[in-house]
Amino acid sequence: MTAWLRLHWMAFTATLSKLARTPVATLLNVLVIGVALALPAGAYALLINLQTAARNVSSDPELSVFLALDAQKADIAEIEKRLKGQPGISGIEFRSRDAAFEEFKKHPSMGDVIASLDRNPLPDAYVVRMAVNDADALDRLAGAVRGWPKVEHVQVDSAWVRRVAAAVGIGRLSVLVLAGLLSVALLAVTFNTIRLQILTQREEIEVSKLLGATNGTIRRPYYYYGALLGFMGGGAAALIVYGALTVLNTGVAEFARLYASDFRLGFLPSGDLAAILAFAAALGLAGAWLSVSRHLREFEPR
Amino acid sequence: MIERATSGSVIVNGQNVSAMRAGAIPYLRRNIGQVFQDQKLLYDRSVFDNITLPLAVTGVHPRDAAKRARAALDKVGLLAREKANPIALSGGEQQRLAIARAIVNRPAIIIADEPTANLDAGYAGEIIDLFVAFRQVGVTLIIATHDEGAVARAAAKTQTRSVRLKAGEVVA
Repeated sequence: MTAWLRLHWMAFTATLSKLARTPVATLLNVLVIGVALALPAGAYALLINLQTAARNVSSDPELSVFLALDAQKADIAEIEKRLKGQPGISGIEFRSRDAAFEEFKKHPSMGDVIASLDRNPLPDAYVVRMAVNDADALDRLAGAVRGWPKVEHVQVDSAWVRRVAAAVGIGRLSVLVLAGLLSVALLAVTFNTIRLQILTQREEIEVSKLLGATNGTIRRPYYYYGALLGFMGGGAAALIVYGALTVLNTGVAEFARLYASDFRLGFLPSGDLAAILAFAAALGLAGAWLSVSRHLREFEPR
Repeated sequence: MIERATSGSVIVNGQNVSAMRAGAIPYLRRNIGQVFQDQKLLYDRSVFDNITLPLAVTGVHPRDAAKRARAALDKVGLLAREKANPIALSGGEQQRLAIARAIVNRPAIIIADEPTANLDAGYAGEIIDLFVAFRQVGVTLIIATHDEGAVARAAAKTQTRSVRLKAGEVVA
């Protein structure tokens, strides 16, 4: 077990020193992988920002429940109790008809109209906020509330939720397709780099096998090399995306100021960043595995 | 070890090598020192790195590997050349380096293929004397050679068994 771990450690350190010995080639490979991964990673970062922006514009998805004009205090209390018992609700707010009437009176364009009315035509209402941006859940709740006694009208603001969800869905698919295509590029880069290494180290591989190296011992450094190359490529992609977002943010800040907003494009969350690095390392490892499996068979000692 | 027997069997330490599964072959190779006719030295690394290669591929700690490598180099008289590139060594020194690499794993058996080929009589004698020294400490040696002088020199110094082959047949 100790020898096995030591072989891993030796393969890992040998790989690091190999990467350091050829800095230009390493840098170029890392850049190729980084640029290839930066495209889907950048698109994903923009998608996350779009979701955040949509959430900020509209806050949580809401449901407005307007009560009948003849609803009594007991009816209102019953409706509140039932609303609070519904799943997926983050909060409810009661807006009394009197408060709404006063508010309308203060509105510059509505003041005269309201003042000419002989009675308050506005109903009591509840504004219900949903915990998650789920249009179907919103529709289901609206359907249920409509059937309650003393509920006059339920207004669902789910159209925009559906539109944003559809746009995000398309965006996600596009990112996936892009990531899939560019992953093939990453596999090809690693495959070819490892192939060249195997060709230049043919003699060493043959001699090592004659001296008792197992296939695992021979393959291990290449696996580490592929995984490390992928990992560093993932890191380069993260740096590229960070740089691009920083540049974009100068324009975004100017645009947001026009709308009295301090909105900025955010960087990838740490979990997503870790996932990108792991994905890149796994792709590098897969490329190395394909290359080693394909080429080492040709190097049996004679 | 390198080729499978097309007929018959090869028994090493009680193990039928011909029937051995491929994954077990590397472990067999670790227990047998091999001296190749073309030496198979790596000319892009130092004498020391060539010697430690069999230890590195088996996961021996680098500190122990260095000790054993220097002991092997000392035995073949190349300790002072550990930093040199093999290309800078004479033919005899390169052959001694190949022998040092074969013994660094402390094998019980050494197989040498034409170890004195392309060497002048002086160097060939040195190589045979080295093998005789190993033989005297209990190492089993199997040497394939066309060099009759080497066979005679070895026979004069230690107990040997010679098998003469001609056109693939045992003739004596």
